[in-house]
Amino acid sequence: MTANGWLQILFYMVALGALGYPLGLVMAKVYSAEITPFERRLRFLGAPERAFARLTGAVKERDQDWKRYGLAVLIFSSVFIVGLYGLERLQSHLFFNPDHLPAVPWHIAFNTAASFVTNTNWQYYAGETTMSYLTQMVGLAVQNFVSAAVGMAVLAAVIRGFARRGEGGLGNFWTDLYRSLVYILLPLALALSVILVSQGVPQTLHGHVVATTVQGAQQSIARGPVASQEAIKQLGTNGGGFFNSNSAVPFENPNGLTNFLEVLSILLIPAAQVFMFGRMVLARRHAFVVFASMFVLFAAGVAVTVPAEQHGSAVLRSAGVNVTASGSQSGGNMSDKEVRFGIANTSLWAVATTDASNGSVNGGVDAMTPAGGGAPLVNIFLGEVVFGGVGSGLYGMFFMILIAVFVAGLMVGRTPEYLGKKIEAREMKIVAVGALFVPTMVLTLTAIAVVSDKGLASVFNHGAHGFTEALYAYTSQGNNNGSAFAGYGGTPFAASFGGVAMLLGRFVPLLAALALGGSLAAKRPAPVSAGTFRTDGATFAFLLVGVILLTAGLMVLPALTLGPIVEGLS
Amino acid sequence: MIGRLVATSAVVVVLSTLAFGVGYPLLVTGIGQTAFASQANGSLITKDGKVVGSKLVAQEFTGNQWFHERPSGVAYNAAATSFANLGPTSADLATAVHKQLVAVIALEGPYNPGLAAAGVPVDAVTTSGSGIDPDISPAYAALQSHRIAAVSGLPLATVAQLIKKNTDGRSLGFFGEPGVNVLKLNLALAKAEGH
Repeated sequence: MTANGWLQILFYMVALGALGYPLGLVMAKVYSAEITPFERRLRFLGAPERAFARLTGAVKERDQDWKRYGLAVLIFSSVFIVGLYGLERLQSHLFFNPDHLPAVPWHIAFNTAASFVTNTNWQYYAGETTMSYLTQMVGLAVQNFVSAAVGMAVLAAVIRGFARRGEGGLGNFWTDLYRSLVYILLPLALALSVILVSQGVPQTLHGHVVATTVQGAQQSIARGPVASQEAIKQLGTNGGGFFNSNSAVPFENPNGLTNFLEVLSILLIPAAQVFMFGRMVLARRHAFVVFASMFVLFAAGVAVTVPAEQHGSAVLRSAGVNVTASGSQSGGNMSDKEVRFGIANTSLWAVATTDASNGSVNGGVDAMTPAGGGAPLVNIFLGEVVFGGVGSGLYGMFFMILIAVFVAGLMVGRTPEYLGKKIEAREMKIVAVGALFVPTMVLTLTAIAVVSDKGLASVFNHGAHGFTEALYAYTSQGNNNGSAFAGYGGTPFAASFGGVAMLLGRFVPLLAALALGGSLAAKRPAPVSAGTFRTDGATFAFLLVGVILLTAGLMVLPALTLGPIVEGLS
Repeated sequence: MIGRLVATSAVVVVLSTLAFGVGYPLLVTGIGQTAFASQANGSLITKDGKVVGSKLVAQEFTGNQWFHERPSGVAYNAAATSFANLGPTSADLATAVHKQLVAVIALEGPYNPGLAAAGVPVDAVTTSGSGIDPDISPAYAALQSHRIAAVSGLPLATVAQLIKKNTDGRSLGFFGEPGVNVLKLNLALAKAEGH
């Protein structure tokens, strides 16, 4: 690969830290303020927030305990799911349905409602032919903001629990939700979408335009309000594209600059949240260590994917075409990739999107080389704690951190401590649920799906590849990623199973994280002594990376053996 | 308590739907249509008052006298983008690549004596991610320039100049990879030929 390609990747990594750090500090301020704006000069923002607080009762109940907080999350999400389901089922009777689409079938409607409310954006349907404009716009698109904000709010609450010193709750859900939406997501999305429009991403309420091509053919060109959706789908780790080919389509991603901004947006908020955490718990060095651990796993993915893609696929090499990078072509495995992005930028995106729970792509993943496509797959199996989804990534990481602290405590024979607080049996039980529930559920559902007749009806390919399809489908849905392995079908069985996987995969770890925050909030920090295991050095980073790899590896290796590994050997 | 939470949730659902489902996209539309009208409407190219295409969407070019686009998995349908989704070792991919390679060598070979597979850039035989990639690599444009010069009668240097003018470099000189915009190039070519 050319030096410029590596420079672009390096620049990306530097920019992620350089922009994530200040954003994290701003976010720490946003979530720490009382019900008045966080900056004197922004006082004019106070009136709408106070009105919202009066409306939701946040004025009276500023500090909820973890159960109250969790209950508010659950009820709010349930109401949204019911509303979305109803909208999909009734769309044929409602307005703004120019193509006269019928009601969405019940199983697809359920799966889709669960999918968007849980920030998964798994799609068992083709948007253009299933969902009316009304459903897309006031139903699904809104969840790009709201589901992301719910994850961000919960993270802020958990961190608050870590920071409390023996008294108080986790804050108020409605206040955190409002601040995530209005002070963080909305300004970033507005700024990004205007830049995207300036670079050529359409933003119009008009539909197709028919061109008469140079050679006289008719070409129908699809347009729409693309930029506004593109911005939030990247920032909120959502991933559902306006067009089928997602961010590979020039109208979603017209040039190198937009590509850089979009792939940066995938990891920007999750990276910033690590620094926000450091500021809120007053453990800056520890936050840097956590960031470094995530960064190492991210960089490892890039280091595997880029050279593999640059080398080219078996088919292209045996055809003998020129795959060598030079000043006049990027070379490599250009199948399902765009010229303006080339190898470096497409590979970088594939790794970033699977580290976060995004699922958007700027090139075809199926066409990637075995090693190049393998790294993104491994990323999803790691449970998306390498930066991860907005909010959910870092609170998932807390489970891993506590396991690492616990293991270290066992090794040195002391009661483990984290941020000065003793970690005891209750916390470790919660951590076990948080860390192990999703992989266990994924394996169970996959097992049921491949031994039952109804489950087998959803599998497209036979043999080991079919097993991989099912495994990938439940892994992606259970981890709220949403990227799909082509072929696994939306039968009523698969769609409702998948819907359940998404709901449990979202809310069980979420509640476990809140419970952990609540449990730690009630503890007073003990003074640091010589025997305290330090969580702000390279040793801890090493331990943490090891725990992540081992926990995920032991869970999924046996299943991988039955799927991709058998496939590779046969 | 639960009843009150449900009522609060319902109100917040309505408010957020109005703000993010209606207000936000309309605000971006307003700004975009005011400040960047051409881009916001799809970067359309018009000739004699008629839309001939978009700068950002590939269209099919056949025949000897035009620069060709990359192969498309969706027949350049800009209303149904799709990946080809052929695996890296699949027999279907091998067949498709081979077929395209033979076609490229048959088309360009007469103007590039001794052209073999090793002289064909990889983007010439692979489908793009969107199926409507508007660019080809400078290497593929250079390969086609010999045919264009011979067929149009323009000097090779003039054709090279046209390619250079219609090459979108890296954004800000750094981001992405350079690509030659085929639609813009062909329109410039037609103009140079005096059509």
